[in-house]
Amino acid sequence: MSMLEKTLGWVDDRFPLTKMWKEHLSEYYAPKNFNFWYFFGSLALMVLVMQILTGIWLTMSYKPDAELAFASVEFIMRDVEWGWLIRYLHSTGASAFFVIVYLHMFRGLMYGSYKKPRELIWLFGMFIYLALMAEAFMGYLLPWGQMSYWGAQVIVSLFGAVPFVGEELAIWIRGDFVISDATLNRFFAFHVIALPIVLLGLVVAHIIALHEVGSNNPDGVEIKKNKGADGKPVDGIPFHPYYSVKDIVGVVVFLFFFSAVIFFAPELGGWFLEKDNFVPADPLKTPEHIVPLWYFTPFYAILRAVPPIGVSQFPGVVAMGMAIVVLFLLPWLDRSPVKSIRYRGVIYKFFLALFVVSFIVLGWLGTQPAGGIYLILSQIFSITYFLFFILMPWYTKIDKTKPVPERVTFK
Amino acid sequence: MKKIIIALVMVSLSSLAHAAGGKIHLDEANIDLTDKSSLQRGAKLFVNYCMNCHSASFMRYNRMGKDLGISDKLVADNLIFSDDKVGDPMKVAMTIEDGAKWFGTPPPDLSVISRAKGSGSVGADWLYTYFRSFYVDESRPFGVNNTVFKDVGMPHALWELQGMQKLVNADEVKASGATPEFALVSTGSMTADEYDTAARDLTNFLVYVGEPSKLERLSLGGWVLAFLVFFFFVAYAMKKDYWRDIH
Repeated sequence: MSMLEKTLGWVDDRFPLTKMWKEHLSEYYAPKNFNFWYFFGSLALMVLVMQILTGIWLTMSYKPDAELAFASVEFIMRDVEWGWLIRYLHSTGASAFFVIVYLHMFRGLMYGSYKKPRELIWLFGMFIYLALMAEAFMGYLLPWGQMSYWGAQVIVSLFGAVPFVGEELAIWIRGDFVISDATLNRFFAFHVIALPIVLLGLVVAHIIALHEVGSNNPDGVEIKKNKGADGKPVDGIPFHPYYSVKDIVGVVVFLFFFSAVIFFAPELGGWFLEKDNFVPADPLKTPEHIVPLWYFTPFYAILRAVPPIGVSQFPGVVAMGMAIVVLFLLPWLDRSPVKSIRYRGVIYKFFLALFVVSFIVLGWLGTQPAGGIYLILSQIFSITYFLFFILMPWYTKIDKTKPVPERVTFK
Repeated sequence: MKKIIIALVMVSLSSLAHAAGGKIHLDEANIDLTDKSSLQRGAKLFVNYCMNCHSASFMRYNRMGKDLGISDKLVADNLIFSDDKVGDPMKVAMTIEDGAKWFGTPPPDLSVISRAKGSGSVGADWLYTYFRSFYVDESRPFGVNNTVFKDVGMPHALWELQGMQKLVNADEVKASGATPEFALVSTGSMTADEYDTAARDLTNFLVYVGEPSKLERLSLGGWVLAFLVFFFFVAYAMKKDYWRDIH
């Protein structure tokens, strides 16, 4: 026995290292027909690791202080070795994370990955999405630019719309009457400690739940129903090495586009880094347009689409909250006997397309000034957004499905 | 499926194009960050005409010298007018309180002004047009206004170079957003072409100051992308090999 095997045996007697390796990698059987859409899970994990690593290095030079924060970011961009690269990796990484997560979630919608027995995977995933939104929102305050400041001011003041306790609640969140040094410090604490811990825990739960029930696939066929004489799914292949080598290809392609942004357009025309955020936060000067970053704009458009009752914005806040809550309910709203869009009828395809269009158009509307035709469009597309969910129990039941094959297919 | 992806890309591209639109007319700056003599002339203009009031406090003198090909000694002798050392940031003596008192609002730090005025080349175009758009307006405290930055709170700091100009078509600009046209009322030490070049040099310098590592970023980017293309073929060949038996 070699030294390495001896050491491994010593560890295995005390910690299930080999067992875990087998369970989650070398003997985790994944369907062999994963397509393009199945890259985004592993990519999300990679971006999470990248954000944590670049975040640690940024924290080494960043100063969570209203007087120093803006300058410390520029210090990183200029005086820290490779600081500009670390900062762009982190700021572009945040947007890339949302691109990946949205595509990952859309995959779930297309192939019914949230349906029984994967409801908990979906719920853990939704909590990851929520935590990610909080993480991104709080992180965006840290550079302490005008858009950091006023974006936070607008979003936190939404809590002020809650009846009776709203104003107190908003003050409690800010730790002050306006966004201030106190807010910056607590957001920093949440951004670098609390939320990353929550995110990591949820990601572990997401993966454990996935590996308990097994992965879905583009056909929505349960591969565990067809096991060979060896007790292994005939349509399954070990995650490692098959999907580990395949995901490397996905990572390289992703990194190509990601690097193109980092090195040639880190602001991406103002979509990843807004120009107003190169002006230091000024509590006395409100920017002309306060626009959240692109990944929040669909919900921002819904918020603005709902007319206030009197002076209270509360109805809009509720609608925005509901737009996220309904996503949690998907596993129970969908009554279709099949999972994958390949075997669903035309009605589901229509509503899914309508949902995607609504989400993208709302995202664009959220970046435009409110009022006029934009307001009417926001209202129309907010309604179509919700129709996807509200009518789902009905249209998934009457939709004409196609027979699902016994085995997975390659398309 | 491909149709959905194409549709997604189309929608996102069209919204990108839309976000780039603006109302104020801007001339193209056409700067060249690799033109060191232009940057050096810009630096000279900046320390002589801007740095009386505006700082660039995130920029260090010696970093500027290194990037622009000016030795520390030359920087110290010609570009530093205070008792600052070459390793110091480019600060001004004016305090924020004094600035607020004298100008109504303190003159902003210009370290990242080129990035604050717009992404991509928009920031440069804004600055270039701004430097050339001061005109006589007796209703303003300093006797000048600017078509790019309405009711700007500063005097025309470069007037002795450009001279003073008046806005010829003020009514059309106000009514329909027409392109402003100017006419000189007094001449400066430079011709119109020389002044345009000076404005371009100064813009070039401010774009450099906005992101000193930009050239490094662009040149490194090419190598990174080239490596990723190469590595894609390696990774893809490995995937193909592992997957030969999967049908």
